[in-house]
Amino acid sequence: MTPAIDIKQLSKVYSGGFQALKGIDLTVQQGDFFALLGPNGAGKSTTIGIMCSLVNKTSGKVKIFGVDIDEDFPAAKRHIGVVPQEFNFNQFEKVFDIVVTQAGYYGIETSIAKERTEKYLKMLDLWDKRNESSRMLSGGMKRRLMIARALIHEPKLLILDEPTAGVDIEMRRSMWDILTQLNESGTTIILTTHYLEEAESLCRNIAIIDNGKIIQHTDMRSLLAELDAQTYILDLKSPISEMPNMTKFGLVKVDDHTLEVNIKKDQSINVLFEQLNKSEVVVKSIRNKANRLEEMFVRLTEKTI
Amino acid sequence: MQFQRNLIAFKTIVNKEIRRFMRIWVQTLIPPVITMGLYFVIFGNLIGSRIGTMGGFNYMQYIIPGLIMMSVITNSYSNVVSSFYSTKFQRSIEELLVSPISNYVILGGYVVGGMARGMAVGFIVTLVSLFFSELPISNIGITLLVVIMTSMLFAICGFINAVYARSFDDISIIPTFVLTPLTYLGGVFYSIDLLPSFWQTVSLINPIMYMVNAFRYGILGVSDVDILIALPMIGLFTVLLFSYALWLLNRGVGIRE
Repeated sequence: MTPAIDIKQLSKVYSGGFQALKGIDLTVQQGDFFALLGPNGAGKSTTIGIMCSLVNKTSGKVKIFGVDIDEDFPAAKRHIGVVPQEFNFNQFEKVFDIVVTQAGYYGIETSIAKERTEKYLKMLDLWDKRNESSRMLSGGMKRRLMIARALIHEPKLLILDEPTAGVDIEMRRSMWDILTQLNESGTTIILTTHYLEEAESLCRNIAIIDNGKIIQHTDMRSLLAELDAQTYILDLKSPISEMPNMTKFGLVKVDDHTLEVNIKKDQSINVLFEQLNKSEVVVKSIRNKANRLEEMFVRLTEKTI
Repeated sequence: MQFQRNLIAFKTIVNKEIRRFMRIWVQTLIPPVITMGLYFVIFGNLIGSRIGTMGGFNYMQYIIPGLIMMSVITNSYSNVVSSFYSTKFQRSIEELLVSPISNYVILGGYVVGGMARGMAVGFIVTLVSLFFSELPISNIGITLLVVIMTSMLFAICGFINAVYARSFDDISIIPTFVLTPLTYLGGVFYSIDLLPSFWQTVSLINPIMYMVNAFRYGILGVSDVDILIALPMIGLFTVLLFSYALWLLNRGVGIRE
């Protein structure tokens, strides 16, 4: 099957001489839910910008569903819906008008545009706000408005650049549900986010970009399997005055009620509990210190610094 | 299919532009009408009665075509420069860039939006002028042709200004330091026959002089320059500047990294 995105040796040098992309290769298959992660300034937004015609590339090839952007960019653009990082709609226009106008840019008849606008504003819980000026919306509503606008031409590929930044937890979960539904209905989704739990729970494949290079391009399961150790926080039922003697595990006392333990991939968590029992330490609850993907992300990006 | 899509996109931009200046009509349509009304009262009525005739018409009648043309030029220009620069400033230009719309459609849409405002203001100013004087239309075809071509030309100029503008200051520099002086010196208030021969020659390199006179010819039937020179010149400038604006858009100057 033709990949949704096929990028070869893509590079970008900005006018000031800064090289944002250093010849990256990236493939995203149709139907995928793909995470494109990286620290700030790594090249994520530049990559997205080139795919969407917001940034001119310096060299390399980009194909969207087999269409080379150098040969027929309008045809390639018709496949893409993009939700940018920054709010980029006219703050004085009404919510309804913003979405209908965007449909017009794609050459969609007004009657169809209005039907679809209703459908997507309802889906994103914005229908009640349709006649309000967009500047009156909250940050979360503005993000949802940009998603509705990106869906108006029913693209096969949806690119979301940090769509849940500044969105409250409840709304974020509801947006996850919507994105999952879209993906299940066949839309390929590319997500960049700083909430790594979001990427871990939603995405099947991942690329990590750092300093203009792809440093990891694999499936989420394989990436997480590479974690050789995880750090857990143990909340204790009773305070302890002395540290239990457990040299096999890297045990650190955070305070009288809390321990931190590092468990390697070949170690069993059962053994940890057996030893804690012997030392009469009762654990009330256990949790990961950091999200697994976050640990992996930090390790990978630290390596390249 | 592609033509149909482009047509819908074009109409969308034009409608958006008209919606924009109609939404703020107190700022866009009324001020130029008040300004021109004051010109009619002060220059036409109060001072004009002491000036006597010019080109065979009373002074009020003589300046009306120039003042209508001045309002068309200023408003066609300022509509596009402020609208397109705001689109850049608010980053809503990205809505256009990510869509499959052709650059000539974007340019055409903004230009027609600017023309709509220029001609709307011109029409209102014409109606107001009728309170002060009769307006014998000598040649309706030339009158309409000149007003359409001139508003198109200055809407394109406004677009080019907006492409290069990096701040709100940049969108007022050209109107203040170039457009206004050229308009005032373009024979709005006088016939260039009144000038010494040196300044008559200098006036001939002012493109606005040709537009004002061509429009005056359409309304009054008198002109300081040959209409057969004026019309092709306006057409030539329009084609050249449209091509340049399109080239800027294709290159992504000022709008794409």
